[in-house]
Amino acid sequence: MATLFDVPLSALTGQLMLGLVNGSFYAILSLGLAVIFGMLRIINFAHGAFFMMGAFFSWMCLNYFGVNYWWSLLLVPLTVGIVGVVIERALLQWLYKLDHLYGLLLTFGMALIIEGVFRNEFGVSGQPYAVPEALKGAMNLGFMFLPVYRVWVIVASLAVCALTWFMIERTRLGSYLRAATENPALTQAFGINVPVMVMLTYGFGVALASFAGVLAAPVLQVSPMMGSQLIIVVFAVVVIGGMGSIFGAIITGLSLGVIEGLAKLFYPEVSATIVFIIMAIVLLFRPAGLFGRAE
Amino acid sequence: MIKQLNTHLRKICFGLLVAAPAVQAQVSDGVVRIGVLNDLSGTYAGLSGPGSVWAAKQAVADFEPEKHGLKVEVVAADHQNKPDVGASVARRWFDVDKVDVIVDVPTSSVILAVNEVVREKNKVLLVSGGGSSDLTGKACSPNTIHWTYDTWALANGTGKAVVGSGGKSWFFMTADYAFGHALERDTASVVEKSGGTVMGKVRHPFPGTDFSSYLLQAQASGAQIIGLANAGGDTIVAVKQASEFGITAGGQKLAGLLVFISDVQALGLEAAQGLMLTAAWYWDMNDASREFGRAFAAANGGKFPTMAQAGVYSAVTNYLRTVAVNNDDGNGAEVVARMKAVKTEDKLFGEGSIRADGRKIHPLYLFEVKKPSESKYPGDYYKLLSTIPADEAFRPMSAGGCSLVTLK
Repeated sequence: MATLFDVPLSALTGQLMLGLVNGSFYAILSLGLAVIFGMLRIINFAHGAFFMMGAFFSWMCLNYFGVNYWWSLLLVPLTVGIVGVVIERALLQWLYKLDHLYGLLLTFGMALIIEGVFRNEFGVSGQPYAVPEALKGAMNLGFMFLPVYRVWVIVASLAVCALTWFMIERTRLGSYLRAATENPALTQAFGINVPVMVMLTYGFGVALASFAGVLAAPVLQVSPMMGSQLIIVVFAVVVIGGMGSIFGAIITGLSLGVIEGLAKLFYPEVSATIVFIIMAIVLLFRPAGLFGRAE
Repeated sequence: MIKQLNTHLRKICFGLLVAAPAVQAQVSDGVVRIGVLNDLSGTYAGLSGPGSVWAAKQAVADFEPEKHGLKVEVVAADHQNKPDVGASVARRWFDVDKVDVIVDVPTSSVILAVNEVVREKNKVLLVSGGGSSDLTGKACSPNTIHWTYDTWALANGTGKAVVGSGGKSWFFMTADYAFGHALERDTASVVEKSGGTVMGKVRHPFPGTDFSSYLLQAQASGAQIIGLANAGGDTIVAVKQASEFGITAGGQKLAGLLVFISDVQALGLEAAQGLMLTAAWYWDMNDASREFGRAFAAANGGKFPTMAQAGVYSAVTNYLRTVAVNNDDGNGAEVVARMKAVKTEDKLFGEGSIRADGRKIHPLYLFEVKKPSESKYPGDYYKLLSTIPADEAFRPMSAGGCSLVTLK
């Protein structure tokens, strides 16, 4: 059998696939963060909490209302997105004029409160969420046994990432958004309602996080801590990609997933830190991140 | 300015008041006060937490203290899995609130801290939720009884029984910190002693979020048994993903080295089926435990009691019996010595005994998690594979290095 550094090639390909799956989660989460930071200049520390809410809402939909996975995929991001809009109107909008630190503190506090409420209500062990019937089973790829659901995760998140990128970079609405980021006052002078755009952007970023949560529910345990475990890595991904860069977030998310997957194979002990090591190196040479522009 | 500062101060004081742990303070003598000290809201709240408080209160109610001329109160506090918080709650309980005995206490680092305070104040510590086998080893104390289980017993029980039932080759998935390493080391040595082999291991970061990579490596190793030397959320996600990747369906079996029924309930049988584990107690073993299990589930949102929670019931029952006989709860070391001198007995654990090193002795059981089709009613999770007799279940006293034993 062909080997690379004593590891059979088949095992290597398997790990690369798994890395891609995890990378998809990183990509979609860091995309939401990047969109929010790009428009609002808010470092959204509550992102992990919204991811967790997405998973929990889909669990609740199934167990309380009998709403299945596919409807959850649509309804949950909408609901959580509305929660995001309410938070933006009620709290965040007062902070735009202040230092970034205030937004960070507010969202961090919110994350703690949201997690605390869920922990109090549902305990810490979490709830099981079954893989939907249509995506059950696995494919034997010869080199590995790949669950169909994982393939779906890659497909769904790539599609959402591509759509988001297209919307922001290639449509009229996207151009307004970008204009509002560059120069809010001037954009407003052209008759565009900037505060509403900002509000919708936050809602959209939050909806992205909860969409990832719905996707993750059948793979991970639906537990109150699931977001906080992931969010730190996702922040590192955004920093490496460059704060606010849409394309950077997607590419960095996917490739760091793969790199982490390789670390798990060759030297598992470093797999939890590899992303941060890369972050440190990138910041040394490109302080604005790989795809970011220095301001 | 001053007025503003004043308002701020008032707010802060109010905040502190609200945030202070809920410890009931009452000073009166002639009352036996039982303090349940555990994790009421964090990682270990499911296996101990409010359920242990319920179990302690139930034990008091079933004991009917007024018939023995006793007045008993149960208080509870959250140690937040922090040794300093645990130790300071213990001090306040002893000095101010006149607590006589502390029970439960999961989280090894916290137990070791509380253990010292209890010894210094000459009170009693009955550990059920915590597992560090050091408590009856180098950290043993004349004031402490380790009631329900310990890591050595679980590793030994699972390792020996699984090899005995044909699981000869092992692969370990180990949480990369002291607890995981110790669990892996203890189990591996038992596996090898019993004639099995260790084919490989992988150390995963703690806490882990995705285990698929390691599972693939375990699958490729071709080992019959994948030993999970981790706990709580790590074990849950690893088991869930093992079922997703068809590992259990492919003939490999998972052996959990520290699994509670709360973990199995959180996973659901679909994902957890086939998992092998060792426990000191399961609710569906006899009529008395079934009655307790159902009452517990009814009062705790459908969750079934873990061995740790049942152990709290058992420990409190036996403690109260000893105290009632002599009508004295003052001298902790004396109470513990008297408890060691008699057989233990209660409706959940049956008859047992307490060794000189503070180890409570009873049989352990090797279970396998049922398939969903085999489960007939709520909480019907385990089938019994074998019983590990009481005299083989725990580490021999001579091997622990407890000073209470060597002094004799």
